[in-house]
Amino acid sequence: MTHVHRSEEDQPPLSAPTAASAPAAPVAESAVVPGAQLLSVEGLRVVIAGSQADVVDEVSFGLDQGEVLGLVGESGSGKTTVALALMGHTRRGLAIGGGRVMFDGRDLLEPGAALRALRGARIAYVAQDPASALNPTLKVGTQLREVFRAHGTGRLGGASAEERIGELLSEVRLEQVQHALDVYPHQLSGGQQQRVMLAMAFACRPDLIILDEPTTGLDVTTQRHVLDTVRGLCRSYQVAAVYVSHDLAVVGELADRVGVMYAGRLVELGATGPVFRTPGHPYARGLLRAIPSPTRAHVLVGLEGHPPPPGRRPPGCFFAARCDFAIDACRTTAPAPVSLASGEHWARCRRAGEIIKLPPLAELPERDRVAEGGNEPLLRVEGLSAGYGERQVLSDISFTVGARRCLAIVGESGAGKTTIARCIVGLHSRWRGTIEFKGTQLEADRRRRGRDVISRIQYIFQNPYTSLNPRKTVGQIVEQPLRELFSLPRKERARRAEEALEDAALSGEYARRYPDQLSGGERQRVAIARALVVEPEVLICDEVTSALDVSVQAAIVELLHRLQRTRGVTLLLVTHNLALVRSLADDVLILRDGQIVEHGPSVFDQPKSEYAAQLLTDIPRLAPA
Amino acid sequence: MSARWEWLALLGRAARTQRGAVGLALAGSVVLLAIIGPFVAPHSPTLSVTGTFVPPAPGYPLGGDTIGRDVLSRVLAGGWLLLAVAAGATVLGVGAGVVVGISAAYLGRVSDGLLMRIVDVLLAFPPLVFALLLLSVLGSHVWLILIAVAVSHAPQVARVVRATALEVCERDFVRAAELLAMPKRRVMAGEVLPNLISVVMVELGLRFTYSILIIAGLSFLSFGIQPPAANWGLMINENRIGLAANPWGVVAPIILIAILTIGLNTFTDAIARTSLGVERPTEQFELAAAGIAAGATP
Repeated sequence: MTHVHRSEEDQPPLSAPTAASAPAAPVAESAVVPGAQLLSVEGLRVVIAGSQADVVDEVSFGLDQGEVLGLVGESGSGKTTVALALMGHTRRGLAIGGGRVMFDGRDLLEPGAALRALRGARIAYVAQDPASALNPTLKVGTQLREVFRAHGTGRLGGASAEERIGELLSEVRLEQVQHALDVYPHQLSGGQQQRVMLAMAFACRPDLIILDEPTTGLDVTTQRHVLDTVRGLCRSYQVAAVYVSHDLAVVGELADRVGVMYAGRLVELGATGPVFRTPGHPYARGLLRAIPSPTRAHVLVGLEGHPPPPGRRPPGCFFAARCDFAIDACRTTAPAPVSLASGEHWARCRRAGEIIKLPPLAELPERDRVAEGGNEPLLRVEGLSAGYGERQVLSDISFTVGARRCLAIVGESGAGKTTIARCIVGLHSRWRGTIEFKGTQLEADRRRRGRDVISRIQYIFQNPYTSLNPRKTVGQIVEQPLRELFSLPRKERARRAEEALEDAALSGEYARRYPDQLSGGERQRVAIARALVVEPEVLICDEVTSALDVSVQAAIVELLHRLQRTRGVTLLLVTHNLALVRSLADDVLILRDGQIVEHGPSVFDQPKSEYAAQLLTDIPRLAPA
Repeated sequence: MSARWEWLALLGRAARTQRGAVGLALAGSVVLLAIIGPFVAPHSPTLSVTGTFVPPAPGYPLGGDTIGRDVLSRVLAGGWLLLAVAAGATVLGVGAGVVVGISAAYLGRVSDGLLMRIVDVLLAFPPLVFALLLLSVLGSHVWLILIAVAVSHAPQVARVVRATALEVCERDFVRAAELLAMPKRRVMAGEVLPNLISVVMVELGLRFTYSILIIAGLSFLSFGIQPPAANWGLMINENRIGLAANPWGVVAPIILIAILTIGLNTFTDAIARTSLGVERPTEQFELAAAGIAAGATP
């Protein structure tokens, strides 16, 4: 049975109330009293249904009408779990373990709370992946009308459903899309799909909207549009929002207040400015030091280790094991929230008072640039055109990469950046033009390339969860290129693999482990070690950090930078993360619709094209410029 | 090398579950009986030593069969050939199916179309009818039974394997191997196949059961392993006319086939379950998290 550690009266254990059993009552018309707190969460606890281990515990916060609260944290920190619990819902296998979610005077965790009437009408939810949240077999219009079929038009102030739908289309800027209501979701782009989701969420003019990473996977320009739409809608209707994201910059742009989550606890809460300028919790500080800035190339500091999973959380502070500030007391007793300012800003850290007095984050040291090199072109691409079937993806691309430099290829999704990388490495063979490596032309078919060329140009895949064979040990994975490309004695292979692992900041003992025993960051290091083992001159990195958390991302970026500096590796970075480009790249190549828009070392300092300037302004920033 | 270890590890993990232990114990005892049976049989399995369909009596605990042979001796002696042929046919059939399935999935395009259409044609024949056709035309030989049964398995295995392999072939570690200019054959054997272990193990167990049933069925229809050699399937056929006088001649082989089948199916089920559990909960959690973040550009 659930043991709820609360001082109040013993409450019976709560299971997740099912929405289906609640009758579809007409939407309550009680308007929220102006000024009163709209949502108040007290001691929310979510547990694993079997073991009762807490996934989320002691989460308390309030939300005023029209206020936007950002929830940030690494994957597994419990932010999505909290977001879902705000609607009285838990994912399969989890159950509400205690606490209260008071919305407009009602506890949504109480069985029999008329959730069905509330969800979609007064509390709306926008899921992360619009492609899977929309029903692919129903037209957009049908799905929008469904909202009104379920909840009626009572909250629209007299407007009919059709009038409201027309209004919604212009609110989410879909009115230019021809016959937007008569298309199926797959006929829309990712950004448009997400705007359909927003339209559905805002359809009934809700009081509260919960957004779960709504812009993850969208490129910066689309993300900018979606963010603007969300901000505009929240302002004009005084809608309160909970915005869940791992992207601190996005949250910084949108949220009035920020809550930082770590291992299922809210560790810091306060107004966005103070939290991001002078965080009180070492974890929040760590996260902020890990994100690249779009304006200056500072050294990124990753957080080592990972958060303790549910059921294996230590008695003291959960962050103590990774914390530079931890003292003995931190390891034995959990810290209580420490109030930091007259307004509501607190951090769950006993040294918070000292930490906010540390120098502001903007003063992190600038990165030293790789100055030498760059004169001899190592890689030359001339008139490259490529396509998939009938579709032309790249047309007439020409550029060179100097030895020991880092070239970033950036652009929106579908611009063709990955295709360039795949042509160079030989994964895509249907191209015309010339690709030269050290003056020799590369064959389109990788099977006809020499072993030497193959080993000199190595590729690192985006997702370390699919790029390592789960049936092989790390040692076998890292040794594989040596086995295929060179004939070396077994001992020599093992020695070089160990060296490569150490270069990727992993110890040799990892060789015996299997990929599923590793975290995402460790996996990506293994993938990097696999590329390093054959001593390449060019490393092509295809969105290598996009599957990773910011703290891990920082460590990988620093690793790549170190390899460039100490081993003289030339980097070709394919990415849509422009802040990352700023912190790593010497040269930037901006791609749009398969053509080069701009190329050079100072693209982001003095953009010449309108498009580059636009991209720059679209990057979300922590501190508004 | 790792692949081989993994197979054993998977079997070991399955055997340590309650379900797997029960299945293995059931199937194992029947296999053991079939192997040591010929050496401990009290009488000759092919000579008449008692009366026709005499009920159990001292010295003949399961009575006599249709021409007065000792039922117990025939049961003990009649298992190993059935099991050996079944095992051979299963390995051959599943092996062929795996090769076809992976090739179709990995090579794609024309090869996929061609291979799968051949599979479709073979699937159109009911397995027993196909075996009967071969045996009635070419005569009853042990090797022919083996091939006929194997051929009836291969297309179904190919379908299942192809479906799983398609997903595996899309993963990036296969691309990584291709980048090293590895021959296609080695990519399929070294990268794709090890990720199909659980499917292949389950198919092996399942198909072994089917093999026994088909071979026993063929014997029952008197196209199988020829008399007078003892054989469980054949015994059921021979002795059914005396079912009222001495039911053991039919019941004993049926019980053994049933125990073996149930045991194998249970063990196979355990393999399937443990192999799903190979992905530990923490990893699935991380996978989900990675999926969230990896929704970026394709």
